[in-house]
Amino acid sequence: MHMKVHTGHVLRTLVSWGALLPMAVTVIVAYLGTVLWSLKISFTNSRTFPSDELVGFAQYTRLFANERWVLSLQNLALYGVLFIAACLAIGFLLAVFIDQKVKGEGLFRTVFLYPYAMSFVATGLVWQWLLNPTNGLQQAVRQMGFEDFTFDWIIDQDMVIYTIVIATVWQASGLVMALMLAGLRGVDEEIWKAARLDGIPTWRVYLSIVLPMLGPTIATVLVLLLTAVVKVFDSVVSMTQGGPGTASEVPAKFIMDHLFGRANIALASAGSIVLLLTVVALVAPFIYARSRAASKASA
Amino acid sequence: MTTAAIQHRKPSVIRRLGPARVGVYLFLLTASVFFLMPLYIMLVTSFKTMDEIRLGNIFALPVSLTLEPWVQAWTSACTGVSCNGIRGGFWNSVWIVVPSTFIPILLGAMNGYALSFWRPPGAQALFGVLMVGAFIPVQVMMFPLVKIMGSLGLFGTLPGIVLIHVIFSMPVMTLLFRNYYLSIPQELFKAARIDGGGFFRIFAQLMLPMSTPMIIVAAIMQVTGVWNDYILGLVFAGRDNLPMTVQLNNVINTTTGTRLYNVNMAATILTSMVPLIIYFVSGRWFVRGIAAGAVKG
Repeated sequence: MHMKVHTGHVLRTLVSWGALLPMAVTVIVAYLGTVLWSLKISFTNSRTFPSDELVGFAQYTRLFANERWVLSLQNLALYGVLFIAACLAIGFLLAVFIDQKVKGEGLFRTVFLYPYAMSFVATGLVWQWLLNPTNGLQQAVRQMGFEDFTFDWIIDQDMVIYTIVIATVWQASGLVMALMLAGLRGVDEEIWKAARLDGIPTWRVYLSIVLPMLGPTIATVLVLLLTAVVKVFDSVVSMTQGGPGTASEVPAKFIMDHLFGRANIALASAGSIVLLLTVVALVAPFIYARSRAASKASA
Repeated sequence: MTTAAIQHRKPSVIRRLGPARVGVYLFLLTASVFFLMPLYIMLVTSFKTMDEIRLGNIFALPVSLTLEPWVQAWTSACTGVSCNGIRGGFWNSVWIVVPSTFIPILLGAMNGYALSFWRPPGAQALFGVLMVGAFIPVQVMMFPLVKIMGSLGLFGTLPGIVLIHVIFSMPVMTLLFRNYYLSIPQELFKAARIDGGGFFRIFAQLMLPMSTPMIIVAAIMQVTGVWNDYILGLVFAGRDNLPMTVQLNNVINTTTGTRLYNVNMAATILTSMVPLIIYFVSGRWFVRGIAAGAVKG
């Protein structure tokens, strides 16, 4: 009897492990394995083909001496700050205004969120056309009589990164709105009643009471937006191809170009590891905070 | 004034003041204009002739409505070397999306089921690593995956790109179903065990039928996500299987000669059609997917 139970237990474990085999292989080979492999390549002098000759941190030194890489990191930082700030501000405002028991709420939500269903490629292409100085928005405003109107950021080296911010904020702020609105709907009615009794103005309640209560929602949104920032690639490729010149280069594109176009896989791998470390540095605090909150809640 | 009336009036100040109320709608309508403008411009541009586009205003409605750009986009626009329109890309995307939706959902459900009910030792740690893996930028995994796919003989093939989608969607699919199954009482599972149900029987006959809502949410996420993918299709699909997004970008950004903005916009709408239809039809389900997928980490 005891023996039977034991073999039954072993068999059970075996079957469930068998079912989890695809996941195990994915985690070990596709996730951990590839990261370690890229890490190793980044310490070699590989160019078109992987080589085993180790060169220490030489690729990292070369990477940060590369103007294009440094520029793409600067672009990413500027883009990231503006994109996240704009998405949060617009998403929060839209959610608050929709939360005022407006008529046609469903319609407004649909309108604000539909860009999120579109691909980054399509987003980039639409905005490329809209911001086209010869036939787009600029020309339309000029035809209305404002002959000196200029809005040619997309061909301006100093301004082009802002056009990518505009396009991607258009695409993603609806997502922030949807998540924030769900958060607002979770706020206890009692708080509104109490604030009303105390005669606190609505905007004040939103800013000082509701916003801090949305902390977990904001953390989720931040993690989503941060990962989107580091990934930014499709929209740049489709909208500006990194141009004019190299003015809108981003790290993901630098890595792809050096992996496939320029056949410098060691430099590209070094870049990808830097990107990975950036993600870790940015996202880890949130995960840490959440797991602490979770363990506190269960304790 | 009854208490019920008070309860239903939340943000009192804005509601009472007329001008503030107007301001709320004014803000929402202005925002709507900003959000709808690109869609409007895509549509009107796609129905104009090139002459009209060169001379006219980007906001103007087409004077002489033409369907020619749509026909061209679908059948004869140049996607790199060949000029057969983006219909090829459409079908490539369909063939990529169908298995890349079906397989990840099945695997995700199975993982979630094993993790929440059977809990073999070590599985929790594996799941933890998978969740962290969700944050790894694609670029870090790119070159090794190209090599692995190559050595399996799958690089640049349809099964290859499907396998890549399976890999990249595994974290969120597993999380989705794990969380869903955790909300199902363990007693139900124990009862099925006592009735003599084995691993796969309980999965197929009890858990999967109960998972319909989650399967719908997961399917919406996968179809839109895989359809909108660009970078994975670009690298792994191979020349014969390039998805619609990649072909669309080729139509617009790599073609030389005069740019046919009307054809470009028709092609962009055609490419966005599938996820947009899913979005407009599925409504709240789509939002549910976002919320469920957002809890990762």
